[in-house]
Amino acid sequence: MSTTIEPVMRVETRRQPMPPRERLEAIFHVENLDAIYGRKAAVKGVTMEIYRNLVTAIIGPSGCGKSTYIRCFNRMNDLIPGFTQTGTVRYHGQDICSANIDPVAVRRNIGMVFQRPNPFPKSIYDNVAWGCRVLGMKHELDERVERALTQAALWDEVKDRLKASGLSLSGGQQQRLCIARAIAVEPDVVLMDEPASALDPIATQAIEQLMHELKGEYTFVIVTHNMQQAARVADMTAFFSISHGGEGERYGELIEYDATEKIFTAPSDKRTEDYVTGRFG
Amino acid sequence: MSTHDLSGPGLRLDRLPRRRRVNHVMEGFAWLAAAIAIAILGIVVWSVASKGWSELNLDLVTKSPIPFSLTNAPQGLANAFAGTIVIVGLATLMALPVGILVAVYLNEFAPPAIRNGVGLVLDVLAGVPAIVVGIFVFVLLVSGSGQSGIKGAFALAILMLPFVARATIEVLVLVPNSLREASLGLGVPQWRTTLSIVLPRAIGGIVTGTVLAVARVAGETAPLLFTSSVVGTQTHWDPSQALQTIPVAIFELSESADPKDHARAWAAGFILLVFILFASLTARWLATRNARKIAGR
Repeated sequence: MSTTIEPVMRVETRRQPMPPRERLEAIFHVENLDAIYGRKAAVKGVTMEIYRNLVTAIIGPSGCGKSTYIRCFNRMNDLIPGFTQTGTVRYHGQDICSANIDPVAVRRNIGMVFQRPNPFPKSIYDNVAWGCRVLGMKHELDERVERALTQAALWDEVKDRLKASGLSLSGGQQQRLCIARAIAVEPDVVLMDEPASALDPIATQAIEQLMHELKGEYTFVIVTHNMQQAARVADMTAFFSISHGGEGERYGELIEYDATEKIFTAPSDKRTEDYVTGRFG
Repeated sequence: MSTHDLSGPGLRLDRLPRRRRVNHVMEGFAWLAAAIAIAILGIVVWSVASKGWSELNLDLVTKSPIPFSLTNAPQGLANAFAGTIVIVGLATLMALPVGILVAVYLNEFAPPAIRNGVGLVLDVLAGVPAIVVGIFVFVLLVSGSGQSGIKGAFALAILMLPFVARATIEVLVLVPNSLREASLGLGVPQWRTTLSIVLPRAIGGIVTGTVLAVARVAGETAPLLFTSSVVGTQTHWDPSQALQTIPVAIFELSESADPKDHARAWAAGFILLVFILFASLTARWLATRNARKIAGR
């Protein structure tokens, strides 16, 4: 049955119209990815591409493997004992999961901002500068720190107390400090795992605004369980859901991946529509 | 809508007096147990102090003992204090780096199977009686070539190692994973993350554990009897020769015929006690100070 679907959600957007998809440059090619903890699959059979200089949102209900999935992009799951994955994640054509790839080099190019703000127990300045120093970007460090903090919309609030502990900031400021820390080392991609889930609406807005402003320089992949957030910031949106296999098995699965506009106004899968209209999850 | 029936048995007070009595009795037992623990410490400190009081003076730590002295010339146990400082210091220097490296390897790098296995080994090592360690080092190093301070230090280091490693693991476990992830997520190698992010955060706990381990082995006698006990009376700081130590001196003086020697043994024991008390307080102070520092205040 093919009834025309009414726009299921009014979307307030700051997005510019996206270039046609064939003009986009894919930075990640994910093919048939299974992510497995021990013997339990968290995500199964994901195939998608992530495009350069766009914000790609990953939405879906709790437990659908969004976070696990995004951590496959920078080998962060390596740290979890018993984690294995099959399939390929190609980054600029290179399979980042193959044995001869150095995960440190992968993470050097693909930065990450975590769900809970996790500044180092160092000063605000050192939080941003430490990574640059360790990675050998010592040239004009002060300018680099200022630029990163400015890009993260934090500079005006902290410029007079750069020596204060990063932990003395509020939650929203801490998260912006973590974003500054991540972009100060000039990664290619910034992964964000529910970066605003612990923040109030004003801090959330600040972070969304800065993603919007920085996407010309970086590629963002953001996991969020806040659909309005995805609708506001993302160019492309991937919807994950929980599927049931045999013997009570539950795993996350990519249901639909399309332009955000399309996902929220005219989804082609019933499950997506149920989710974005709030009938499920 | 249901109403709560307040006349039912649920809220009746008949059992309350009994419950109060039981509560008081149990609280009394708990209080008594705490009081006994404190009293034992008090009695020990008091009896040691009172019996050693006559010899508790500056001479005790500055003058060497005079063998077979028939005069009242002032004498002390300076050789034992010097020896204990040297031997415990060397033992710490040996045990601390190894203990920290073991802990770092187990907590940061080792796969879970190795972590559990070596963790068990550490627990067993912590439980090995000191005298067994003493005789082991005696057979390994002393037998045939003679005693020395450094061999004594080696024996004490074996005793310290599991304590330092365990204490370090305990604080490494407390370092939140989010900090490791933050650093690794920047593309910082794991060794650098461990060195610059994880260890500084754990340093307070490591120092606390080390101080407690020092306090523990400073009073060990058995391993030193085998490894560093055949000594003269002159005070020296050379660990290549056997050094007198406080516990061994106490042990030997307690067998002397001279009551003044007994008093000196008690006095030395008192100083050892005070040192351990002081070390424990220092450890606590360091722990709280570090906790405050980590909280970013």
